[in-house]
Amino acid sequence: MIDVLYFAWVRERIGTPRETVETQAETVQALVDELRAREPRYAAAFQDLSALRVAVDQELTDFTAPLAGAREVAFFPPMTGG
Amino acid sequence: MRVRVQDAPFDLGAEANAFVARQQGAQAGAIVTFTGIVRDIAQGLDVMEIEHYPGMTERALAAIIDQAQQRWPLADAFVLHRYGRMHPDEAIMMVATAARHRKDAFEAAEFLMDYLKSRAPFWKKEHSAQSAAWVEARDEDETALNRWSR
Repeated sequence: MIDVLYFAWVRERIGTPRETVETQAETVQALVDELRAREPRYAAAFQDLSALRVAVDQELTDFTAPLAGAREVAFFPPMTGG
Repeated sequence: MRVRVQDAPFDLGAEANAFVARQQGAQAGAIVTFTGIVRDIAQGLDVMEIEHYPGMTERALAAIIDQAQQRWPLADAFVLHRYGRMHPDEAIMMVATAARHRKDAFEAAEFLMDYLKSRAPFWKKEHSAQSAAWVEARDEDETALNRWSR
């Protein structure tokens, strides 16, 4: 079980800010592949991973990151603060 | 308190004065503040909406301040960033740095700005009467980070 969070247009495209996902995925990439296979809205949101950023347990990382022990994964577009 | 994330407007003068008052006795001869303001670039912006990632936002901002303090001899540093809805000409955020010398205070303030623009989890959405669109990250913002990687 892992909490998956979505922000900005990723949240809008998927249609929810967060959900709990039952998964055995060992990496972020494997989780993305599972989500893509679920429904077209996920496939659409994860179509171009170069347009996305990912954080595991609130730390920026990349799609090869392991998920062992992780509680929270977040997907979002490049940040635009300031 | 080095980081504050809030939806309410803030009083730049009061925040700057409070920051200055905190430096008493610290031999901080230089204090720099920067403030970001909502611009109506395309003429017609009604509302700038800023979404953030509660929890990660505070951690990311604190980590960026830690990096700045490792690079420059700062007496103190402060970042205040708003989220939610704001109008043109309202202040979005501010940074403040205090150091013995002005070069360190200026450089650290620029570093904080460059990093929080593309490494703190905020996303801007511009609403006009006709439409709403997420602001896209700019290549220049990534380039601005590279000058600090030495």
